[in-house]
Amino acid sequence: MKNIFVCIKQVPDSTEVKINPETGTLIRQGVPSILNPYDHFAVVWALKLKEKNPDFSVNVISMGPPQAKAVIQLALALGCDRGYLLSDVLFAGSDTWATSYALSMAIKKIAKPDLIICGMQAIDGDTAQVGPGIAAQLGIPQITFCEEIEIDGNKLVAKKHIDDGYDLVESILPCLVTMSMPKDFELPFPSFVDIANSVSKEITVYQAKDIGADENLIGLKGSPTQVSKIYPPSKDIKTVYIQGGTIEAVEKIIEIMRNENFIK
Amino acid sequence: MGIEVLSNCIGCGKCVSVCPFEAISMVNKKAVIDLTKCTLCGSCVVVCPVKAIVIKREVSKKDFSEYKDVWVFVEFGDETDPLKQGEIKKVSFELLSKGRQLADKLKNKLCAVVLSYENKNYENILKDYGVDRIYLVEDKNLLPYDTEIYSSVVISLVNKYKPSVFLFPATYKGRDLAPRIASSLYVGLTADCTALDINSDGLLVQSRPAFGGNIMADILSPNSRPQMATVRPNVMKIEKNYRENLEVIKENIKINPSLRRVKILKRIKNPSSSSFKLENAEIIVSGGRGMKTKERFEVLFELAKLLDGCVGASRAAVDSGFIDKKHQVGQSGVTVNPRLYLAFGISGAIQHIVGMKNSDRIIAINKDPNAPIFGVSHYAVVGDAYEIAKKLIEKLKQSCK
Repeated sequence: MKNIFVCIKQVPDSTEVKINPETGTLIRQGVPSILNPYDHFAVVWALKLKEKNPDFSVNVISMGPPQAKAVIQLALALGCDRGYLLSDVLFAGSDTWATSYALSMAIKKIAKPDLIICGMQAIDGDTAQVGPGIAAQLGIPQITFCEEIEIDGNKLVAKKHIDDGYDLVESILPCLVTMSMPKDFELPFPSFVDIANSVSKEITVYQAKDIGADENLIGLKGSPTQVSKIYPPSKDIKTVYIQGGTIEAVEKIIEIMRNENFIK
Repeated sequence: MGIEVLSNCIGCGKCVSVCPFEAISMVNKKAVIDLTKCTLCGSCVVVCPVKAIVIKREVSKKDFSEYKDVWVFVEFGDETDPLKQGEIKKVSFELLSKGRQLADKLKNKLCAVVLSYENKNYENILKDYGVDRIYLVEDKNLLPYDTEIYSSVVISLVNKYKPSVFLFPATYKGRDLAPRIASSLYVGLTADCTALDINSDGLLVQSRPAFGGNIMADILSPNSRPQMATVRPNVMKIEKNYRENLEVIKENIKINPSLRRVKILKRIKNPSSSSFKLENAEIIVSGGRGMKTKERFEVLFELAKLLDGCVGASRAAVDSGFIDKKHQVGQSGVTVNPRLYLAFGISGAIQHIVGMKNSDRIIAINKDPNAPIFGVSHYAVVGDAYEIAKKLIEKLKQSCK
């Protein structure tokens, strides 16, 4: 038997977040929450491994407010075995360091991991730091930005992105991988039957004290980074508006391009 | 550390609408802050007309006076290609140029961290980019790159020499290595910064887009050193700055080859990467949702061909299926800085703007006169993007004859 952990996050569907042009503030009302697509992809791969090796146990774990149970429920409906939610006021405001710490403490408490799968990054933060953070906390190898993974006995083989292409790499177990989704990948959603069948699967909720987390290392207090200011981007360019209709505009654009040597 | 609403709150509600985290509500005409959502970002403090909201930030009691200098991790080209094996990547020069500015503000040294299987006279190249000192570790076990070997070497350098600021490229390698190091050292790390500065307290101000790139955030790491950040390629401008006296500190760190627990079985080169390089394009013709259909979007390819440029796109255009994701410009795509950027029907979400605003010349065409893209454009045309693109092709063809 092998223990697989998938770390997931509930995120606002960032393509829906808009800015109020007058106040320069975010309009978050009515923005739906979704399972971070890269984490969704990580769940898909965990289940693919389980399909080949039915004795694998797939644990899905998330940190967030109680509402984040929704994304764990989705992962369970897709076929994951057990769900865990780290939810506590003390976790609020955690940056990537504090999040990695909390998740690694929880994993240690639940079971000895053989493989940890994360999405490469969350679409609301785009940091890609939590996965490597967990690997460092647990002292296990990491393989980041993978597109495919396979378990072969006591080894993991992964196809991972590098700047000029891909590497096919092999790691000992336990290790941590982060998944980068290929473009055009269609994420699966559970059927009604799958959802109904998964309702009996329980989600365990842990507070900071349950996982033995040091209160000084979690939440705002434990986070080395602090947000000092949030603001709309500055505007420091003097924009020249080109007047007239299509023809005038086109002529003007050509004139600009010619004057600046973009065309002859 | 905490946030407090004082009794002089007049219940105007300005803070409620400005809070990016929906953490404030009005209870009996007084602002109440939900501490489970608040991140102490300070947006509410700024808008409060009666200064009734106070953030108490803990001032670090730690003494960081030992920590000085600005470090840059130098990245090399592809290890399997003998021509590029020891070649310093362009992004390293970008970071050194920014690092020089930061070091000047701090009145510190700029140091380059070079981990290489073989020193190829790097001092001769690096002295052109304002480097005062090189920390050089030379060992055959440093090839190929390995997360754990590199992080253990860098961590020992940090512990010995104590830098104040440490910059990494936000490449696949940098984004793999930096969080591993920051997590082990328990220090702050900010990803994908688009601007860096030093504030009046001498702290590194790290600016990056937040909320999926919809708004900007300034991040500080006041209570730990080094203050670590990753910066994307093509964001910082390269500035040469010759140094006569460059010091090379050669560190003899014994690398245990058994640390290598991840083995490369095979390297697969990207065949398309040579023919299509949006990052390095001089002219980019980019399109957004305003092109309306995939067929209409196609005209931008023709225009790009005439101008000898590359085609870019906004996330909206990629999501609408007009074009492949590899053309996407922005926070979740490629950052570019061409000589000319033509934006057709791109509204200009911040996540797009951070990826192209460093272009030398930006011309935007959009039918909405209030489109945010105009805010960063040198020239703005209010009109139909497709019609103008088509007409432009026609005119360019005429003038070529």
